[in-house]
Amino acid sequence: MADEIKIGAYICKGCGLGERLADAQLATIATRDAKASIAKEHDFLCSAAGVAMIQNDIDNEGINRVAICACSRRAKTDAFAFENVAITRGNLREGVIWVRPDTDEARETTHEMAADYVRMAVVEAKFQKPPSKNADAQYNKNILIVGGGYSGMTAAIEASIAGYPVTIVEKNAHLGGNTAQFYKRVPNHAPYAEPADTGIADMIKTVENDKNITVHVNSRLTKTDGSPGQFSADISTESGSTNTQQFGSIIQASGFTPYDANQLPELGYGKSANVVTQLELEKLAKEAKGSPIKRPSDGKEVTNVVFVQCAGQRSTKEGHLPYCSGHCCLTSIKQAMYFKENNPAVDTNVIYTDLRTPGAGGEDFYRSGQDKGVLFTKGQVNEVIEDGASLKVKFKDLILNEDIEEETDLVVLATGMVANSGVDIEAVVKIDTNDEKEKSPANEIKINVKDISVLNLTYRQGPDLPHLKYGFNDSHFICFPYETRRTGIYTTGPVRRPMDLQQAQEDATGAALKAIQVVENASQGRAAHPRSGDLSFPSFRKEGCTQCKRCTVECPFGAIDEDEKRYPVFNESRCRRCGTCMGACPVRVISFENYSVETVGQQLKIVDVPDEFSEKPRILVLACENDAYPALDMAGMNRYEYSAFVRIIPVRCLGSVNLIWITDALNSGYDGVILMGCQKGENYQCHFVKGSELAHERMGKIDETLKTLSLETERVETHEIAITDIKRVPEIINNMAATIEKIGMSPFKF
Amino acid sequence: MADLNVAAIEKYRNNFLKEVEANVEEGEWVKMCMQCGVCSGSCPLGSAWDHPPQELFMMIRAGKREEVLTSDSMWMCTSCYNCVVRCPRGLPITHIMHGLASYALRLGLAPKNQPTRKFAVLFWENLVKTGRVNELKLGLNLYFMNGFIEGIKTALGMQKIGLGMWKTKRMSPMEFFGGHGCKDAKGLQAILKKAREIEDAKRQKFNS
Repeated sequence: MADEIKIGAYICKGCGLGERLADAQLATIATRDAKASIAKEHDFLCSAAGVAMIQNDIDNEGINRVAICACSRRAKTDAFAFENVAITRGNLREGVIWVRPDTDEARETTHEMAADYVRMAVVEAKFQKPPSKNADAQYNKNILIVGGGYSGMTAAIEASIAGYPVTIVEKNAHLGGNTAQFYKRVPNHAPYAEPADTGIADMIKTVENDKNITVHVNSRLTKTDGSPGQFSADISTESGSTNTQQFGSIIQASGFTPYDANQLPELGYGKSANVVTQLELEKLAKEAKGSPIKRPSDGKEVTNVVFVQCAGQRSTKEGHLPYCSGHCCLTSIKQAMYFKENNPAVDTNVIYTDLRTPGAGGEDFYRSGQDKGVLFTKGQVNEVIEDGASLKVKFKDLILNEDIEEETDLVVLATGMVANSGVDIEAVVKIDTNDEKEKSPANEIKINVKDISVLNLTYRQGPDLPHLKYGFNDSHFICFPYETRRTGIYTTGPVRRPMDLQQAQEDATGAALKAIQVVENASQGRAAHPRSGDLSFPSFRKEGCTQCKRCTVECPFGAIDEDEKRYPVFNESRCRRCGTCMGACPVRVISFENYSVETVGQQLKIVDVPDEFSEKPRILVLACENDAYPALDMAGMNRYEYSAFVRIIPVRCLGSVNLIWITDALNSGYDGVILMGCQKGENYQCHFVKGSELAHERMGKIDETLKTLSLETERVETHEIAITDIKRVPEIINNMAATIEKIGMSPFKF
Repeated sequence: MADLNVAAIEKYRNNFLKEVEANVEEGEWVKMCMQCGVCSGSCPLGSAWDHPPQELFMMIRAGKREEVLTSDSMWMCTSCYNCVVRCPRGLPITHIMHGLASYALRLGLAPKNQPTRKFAVLFWENLVKTGRVNELKLGLNLYFMNGFIEGIKTALGMQKIGLGMWKTKRMSPMEFFGGHGCKDAKGLQAILKKAREIEDAKRQKFNS
């Protein structure tokens, strides 16, 4: 490729652009104002003839930057997919003619709008480089699975079938995890009526006989280093020997620990041997082998059993789990059937507040339980007390509104799942940043004792995956399942969210596919979700770096480490290409080949800003390309009109917005700036998890900047936009236009 | 059967539920209720019930035998079938209500002065005699249900309507003497007797 930058601007006249923008002289503007080498118009640019025209210029005229001024960058991406050149788009259709009325009065401002978008597309092309793939990319198709329980083995078997070698690291002496302790499982096929065999023995056999699967029992990960395609893991056995192996991706299936029932003395746990947890009942049932289950205290056959649902969970009490573990209702129904199977005369009472039976067969299984005579009582259990050889369950019947005392032989507590998610790295950071005085030894002990790292990552941001909520490792339960905030490391099973076997099976299969996908992407130097296939990558000018560590701390995906001199070390395969580092950098040394402080900064500077007395203000919109920009496009498709004074620049994530763009815009005479990003906070919708939140935080300080410029604070707004806010986005823009009319034009126009 | 009335019923055991399953029409459905409360919300007379159907089902499961069988609630059912249509579990709630009422009556536990109960007994006795409902007699029985004086009063009040019905041949005073019946009233009575025998045998089996 020639070093010289040669920009070709191509202006489409299809879709009504020709008629509406006939006198706008866009081609002249492209060459004269924005210095494009050539500018061509075409009646139908995305047709074969139009595309051939551009390809011909690339091949024969040495064009290496292509600025296509036609429809939105979200449209016709297949037609305009030229290789080895940088491509930019000027949005004349959804962004101009579709949002402006076709009237004589509106014509002038509409033409100005189109002219600016042409200038912006050309200048963006000028400051872009065609992205080249990661030179460091490596292909390693070995998949490491941490945890040899039901989820881990399912993922191993699935990945092996797909042709990827798997290594399982299991901390216990045997495979099978919690499932191996079960007597039977909730059925996973019609008619969903009887408890079924767990199938775990067959599964272990399959894993052990699979030549593609290597199993390390009694082992832990003592060090995990690297990035997708080139992870290096130290697998250490209990006896102390360590072997280091290379992997392409990692699946963490470290499962759950049952909630510690000792925290429930009011329910009699620990006081009476006849109060057991669900997992302990499985053990009793397994020992009974189909003969009557006996109560632990004296070996008497159980004739009466009470199941207490939501024991220590779905509760706001301190030390209790606030969430629902999802499987316990079905598990209690299954366990009640253990008793009924042997002797239908055994009284089984399931006391619940809300019975939840998820899954395809859940309701059938519930009905089957009722049909077998399992009693279901909507009630709230307050106390279980030992009364001689038997127990007394004190509860409130919520249907009959009565306090009841029931005598029983055995009480089974449905305690919840606690994720084996390792160290809470965010809690560690909090303590780390606190003053030395506030550093209480109690806090440290709590973390040291409770949390043993699962992965032992060498990452700058901590040894384990960030928790999403309640200690579960995920980045978004609904939108991006399995995706953690560490690229190439996926979680599955109850470590990701509470689930039963049926769900764990589906979950593990999905995670296996994700692990395979990232191996293949990493080998080609491409990004993983959500910018799948993106080849661009951030680099930084070392001589300008002040070692402030903002990028290494703020990267939502822990992609950036630090070297011994505290300079950032970018791990390309871990990067998701959101640009949050670029937005964070106070000295603006971080940039992508095709997305940088310059590509956006130059766009907003080339916009023609008329003088103060023209009554033509300018509003800059920096719109997140994930949700806000599509919403703006759809506003255009619906022909919702908005102000002609707005100029919209898409950004990868609001997190990539560098404050210099705002100050540059205000200094160049823009009258207003609107930032549109995804929803932040607890129920965030940011595609890069933390980007929008960080942007809002950074923008929280913009008022001071405005005051030092003696500008009104109303001139800069930040909004959370969902992709469905199609009617709201034009309103936001028009409201800003009205605000400017009220407070007057910016004094910074030249 | 009398000893059943005083049988010790333990709470939240299956004893009473099993008794209901064996003795009450469609009683085997009671355990299938999932306590959603749609029946109670759908009942047009819901406010008149001490215990709406959902609650009755829970009381049965909780072993509240006495309270259920002496209750006035199931007698309030007008057979509109709203609950049956809406029940997500497909319980024949109307039938269960009548089944419970009928069982309570047989045990002698049904509330004595419950008007629906009185009417039901009058209706049944009237019907089985000839195989046809004698409207004149049923009407008069109803007038005198609550005593002689009130009966005379009601009859006088209804005088005009009665004469009008006679004139338009809607009702004949001759029905007072015997009245018309079905072709084989004896046969019908035999059928009912046999049905009772079968039901009793079934109950006997459970109770023994």
